[in-house]
Formats: sequence, C-alpha cells, structure tokens
Amino acid sequence: MLDNWQFIAIFVLFAPLIPGAAIGANWLLSPKKPNRIKQETYECGVEAVGSSWIQFKVQYYIYALVFVVFDIEAVFLFPIAAAYGLLGAFAVVEIVLFVLILVAALAYTWGDGSLEWV
Amino acid sequence: MIPMSWYLIFSAALFAIGLYGVMARRNAIAILMSVELLLNAVNINLVTFWRYRTPDRSVGLAWAVFVLAVAAAEAAVGLALIISVYRNRDSVIAEELDLLRN
Amino acid sequence: MDFQPPIINLLIVAPLLITMGAGLFLMLLNIFCKRDGVYYWLTLAAIAAALVQNVAMWGHEYGTFIARGSYPMVVSDNFSVFLNSILLLSGIGTLLISRNYLHRTKLERPEFYMLMLFSLSGMMMMGMANDLILVFVALELLSIPLYIMAGLAVSRDDSKESAMKYFLLGAFSSGIFVYGIALIYGATGATALPAVYAVLEAGSPLAMAGTAFLMVGFAFKIGAVPFHMWTPDVYEGAPTVVTAFMSVGAKVAGFAALLRVFTVALPAMSDAWMGALALIAALTLIIGNVVALMQTNIKRMLGYSSIAHAGYLLIGVAAAGQHSEAVGSVLLYMLAYLFTTMGAFGVVIALEHKLGEGIMLEDYKGLAKRNPWLSAAMLVFMLSLTGVPPTGGFSGKFYIFRSAVEANLWWLAIIAIMTSVVSGYYYLRVVFYMYMFDGDRTEPVYAGTALKTGLLIALVGTLWLGFFPAGWFELAYKAVIGTTQLLAGG
Repeated sequence: MLDNWQFIAIFVLFAPLIPGAAIGANWLLSPKKPNRIKQETYECGVEAVGSSWIQFKVQYYIYALVFVVFDIEAVFLFPIAAAYGLLGAFAVVEIVLFVLILVAALAYTWGDGSLEWV
Repeated sequence: MIPMSWYLIFSAALFAIGLYGVMARRNAIAILMSVELLLNAVNINLVTFWRYRTPDRSVGLAWAVFVLAVAAAEAAVGLALIISVYRNRDSVIAEELDLLRN
Repeated sequence: MDFQPPIINLLIVAPLLITMGAGLFLMLLNIFCKRDGVYYWLTLAAIAAALVQNVAMWGHEYGTFIARGSYPMVVSDNFSVFLNSILLLSGIGTLLISRNYLHRTKLERPEFYMLMLFSLSGMMMMGMANDLILVFVALELLSIPLYIMAGLAVSRDDSKESAMKYFLLGAFSSGIFVYGIALIYGATGATALPAVYAVLEAGSPLAMAGTAFLMVGFAFKIGAVPFHMWTPDVYEGAPTVVTAFMSVGAKVAGFAALLRVFTVALPAMSDAWMGALALIAALTLIIGNVVALMQTNIKRMLGYSSIAHAGYLLIGVAAAGQHSEAVGSVLLYMLAYLFTTMGAFGVVIALEHKLGEGIMLEDYKGLAKRNPWLSAAMLVFMLSLTGVPPTGGFSGKFYIFRSAVEANLWWLAIIAIMTSVVSGYYYLRVVFYMYMFDGDRTEPVYAGTALKTGLLIALVGTLWLGFFPAGWFELAYKAVIGTTQLLAGG
C-alpha cells in the first residue's frame, strides 16, 4: 500500500517545482518597466470598462440551461460509444430514441422563442 | 490499494458538509450548491461500492451517471426558479421570502 | 463477453408510455397550435386511454426490462394497477376541476398539461419500480414538474416563493434519499428490490443507516412530521389546482414506493422500521391535527389536514411490518382520500374566482344560501375527512384502525381515534360557517360543467365507499398479494 503513497509524495514535491522554476526565471530575467497600458486586465485586446459585477441578460441563463441538457446527454452517449462493438443494433435503437426525446425538447424551446436573441 | 473506508469517510464528510450547508446557509444559491455536494457524496459512494463490492457488474457506475443527470435537471429547474423569484423580489435570501406564513 | 439485450415487453409499461408520449406530443404540438382546448381534450384522452390499458392488466403479474441473470426493473401487479388507477383518476379529477379555473385565472397554458402528464408518469413509475435506483429516477420525474407547476402563477409572488421552497426542500430530501440507496447498495451489492431482500441480513449497520436515510427521504415527500414544514407553505402558495394534484398524486405515489420498498426489499429489518414509522405516525397525527385547528386559510388548513392524513396512512404502513393485510387498508384509505380531497379542493376552486380570492374561512359564510348543492357536497367531503359514517373516510379509517389493532399497535390506534375527534372541530367549522352564518354576498358562484362533473364523481365515490366498503376492501386486499410475492428473475 505504501508504494502508492510514495509516488504521490514525490509528485507533490516535484509538481510545484517545475512551474515555480519557470515563473521564477521569468521574474529574474525580465526587465521591469510598468506603465498603465501594461497593467490592464487584458494587455492586448478589448479595453475593460466598469465593474464585472453587473446584471447579465437573462438570455444567457436560458442558453446555459439548454446547454446543460445536451451536456448531460453526452455523458450517456460515451458509454454507448465505448461499448458499441458489443452492443449492436439494440443500442442504436435505444440511443436514437433517447436523442429524439431530447430533440423534441429542443424543438419545444425553439417553438417557444427562447432561442431567439432579443 | 487504498482501503474502502477512506473513500467512505471522505464521502460521509462531503455529505456532512452538504447537510450543514443546506441547514445553515441562507442564500438559495448556496443551498442549491450544498444539495449538489450531497449528490456528489452519493456518487463517490456508488463508485466506491462498485469498485470494492461488485467490480464485475458495472451497475454502480451506471447509477452514478443517472444521479449526475438528475442533479443537472434539478439544478436547471432550480436556477430557473431562483432567477424568477429574484427578478420580482430582488432577493434570494431564504429568510426574506416570508409571504407564506401565518 | 457477449451482450444479450434485456427482455423488454413494452405492453407492460403501456400506461407510462401513453402519458409520457402524450406529454412529448404536446410539447411538439406547442410549436404549431396555441389553442388551449385542444390540450385539455388531448390530455384527458391520453389519461383515459392509460387508465383503460392499466385496468386491463389487473390480475396478472408481469416483469419487464430484465437483464440477463437479474430481476426485472419494472413490474406490474395488482398493487401497481390499483395505485396507478388512483393516480390516473387523480389526474382526471385535476383536469375536470381545473377547466374553468385555469381559464378565469389566466393560467391556461399548454405547459400545465405537459408537466402534469410527465409528473403523472413519474408517479406511476413509483409504484412499478422494482429497483431502488428506478425509484429514485421516478421520484425525480414526479417532483421536478411539480416544482414548476407550483410556480405556474408567475404573476403572483407567493406562487413563485412556494415553488422555490418546494424545490429547495425537495432537492434536499432527494439527496438524502439517494444517499440511503447508495448505502443499501453498499450493504448488499444489489439494488433490485428482491435481490436486496435475498442478501440483506438483519442488523447490518450500513443497511440500517440506509433504511433510516430512505425513511427521511420518504417522510419529506409524503409530508410526515418532523419533515412536514414545506407542506402548508407550498399548498397555500401554489395555484389551487396544482395543490389538489399534489396533495393526492404526490402523496399516493410516495406511499406506493414506500410500501413496495419496505415490504419487498426490507422485511428483514421490519422490527426497526415498524417502530420508527409508528413513532413518526403518532407525531404526524398529533402535530398535523393540532396545528390545523388554528388555520384561517382553507388551503393552509387542507395542507395541515393532508399532513394528518399522511399520519393515518403511516399507521397502515407500520402495521404492514406485521401482517401484509394492512397494505390493503392503506390502499382503501388512499381511494377514499382521493375522492374526498379532490372533492374538497373542487369546492375551494369553485369559490376562488380570482387567484388568492375566496380562500379564507370567512368566505364560506352563507354559502348554503348561495349554492345549496355545493354546500351539501362540501358537507359530505368534510364529514368524510373527519371520518364520520357513512362516508369513505370512515371506511378507510375503520380498516386502518383494525389493522393497527391486529398488529398490536393499540396505543397508535387510540391516538388516531383521539386526533380524529379533534379534527372534527376544524372540518366541521367549515360546515358551521356555511350553514349558520349569513355572508356578505348572496349571488351564487358559477361552477361550470367540468367542475360539476368532477364534484359529482367525487361525491358518488365518497358515498359509495361509505355505504359499501366491503367489496372495495376485497379488491384492495387482492392488490396486496402481488407485493409480498417475490418475482423470480429471468
């Protein structure tokens, strides 16, 4: 049993060293000339405006909720995919039914107008 | 191999944290998160028992997937309800929702 | 390792397939058609078809979804047919009493019917599930649509608040419930109910803890003390038709799974759970009935009353630990509870012309002069809830008390009789208000044909069970046998 733990102990010791060394070397070698533009959240790209603690459009949540359904669908598809060679036609029928039910839900969401960006 | 009891103790601790969270937190979202902890504790239990008790039949694994799916469905409905309450009342603190009391 | 598909006979789950399929069909129909009447009639037809198919399976024992070398996932026997009939009837009843109500309170949306069909499927699956994990999935399938239905009146804050409370406590309780399942799986290495029975040894601490967790989860769902806190709030806040559906459907389904799990899988531990359930029953009876005395809102009063009735039903479940005939008394009580509760909520709905209006006890003053027939019906339902002969409530209580005495639960029977007497005060107060006072209004309330039909059915059912209980009890007793016999695996 102890063998397993020795590996973990070695891992715990060495894992922080590698990124630590890289960051440390960077800090030692780089020239330091800070200015306002360099200290922005995104040094290049969109300028950040205001606080991030604002209300988002409720549409984002609806998209997220619809996404969750299909996220979980994938969890059910993976085992079928992994064992597909064994399962044959039975699994195909079953999984197609499963996906069709989810498609019905998606169609409902669509018909309801929840997918339109307003 | 790591003994089974370690996993069970871990899962029980997670479950206890979830229980504490449901009872002590006042924010509805925090309560929902604690409920998710409960379900995760269940999943750890299921997978552990599968590995140590019935490794030849993958029932425990399959059920963990079901619990996962149910947890997602619950979270989706729950968040939608919480959002709809928040839009009217500007609050998700369970104690401030006291319309229904005699 | 070669794979053999499980043995599947879809005819056995046909009632489930009909309600679920109808729900899915309505979801698709929603894209093209927004006329509400279509949804109402389609739902009614689907539930009626499911009921016919369900009754046709009476007298047989089937199992389906049988994987090689294991037990069926889903079974159908007299027990499940009886319970499914109660559930489907509660669906029809809800539809009948909701027809005008949804219209005039502007709640009529296709979603109501879809969610109801899905929830009904979950409820039926509760009584048919032969595997702990399927019980859990069924529990969620019944609960999640109910959470949404409780919040259906989006314009009212109290409806949404009740939905959120129901959701938070419901999700919490199902978390505890499924932890119990995991522990029982750990103790036995199985989750099929007969397999658990075959392996389980009395006194295994892991299984003991699992049973306790299961019990807490069930107690939440059926609204038993000390896990009843959500019931009055949710009953008050939810739209009244949803309250009616919930108070019958969710409770009957909860008891269905409770009975099957405890009598099929866990008889080895009956000494432990009998005592615990008897104690919960006593607490539920006392607290439910005493707190109901102080209510002035009729929906809240019926909420506490439904807690009290969970107590009476629990007496039967506790007695079932001793002898299986007690299950029959629980089934009969549920049938009486179905007719009586649906009827009582029907009258409440008739009076509620706008959301949240006409649900205080005061509003019942002088109803006898406004609507003599409605008042007479309410009188019968209140007598039945109290347990006065010759009503269904009396017959139900009679058989429950008898099974308690046969199981040597004398003390529980005495508590139950005393709390029944107490309950007379708050039920008959409604009658007193209707007949003895003059109200502010004199014009009769408009009930509508569907609601009147529903009330008539409930009235006939309540009185029939009251006058001729013996035949019904025989039927309920026949429904017991299937649960106690173990279905052999294929």
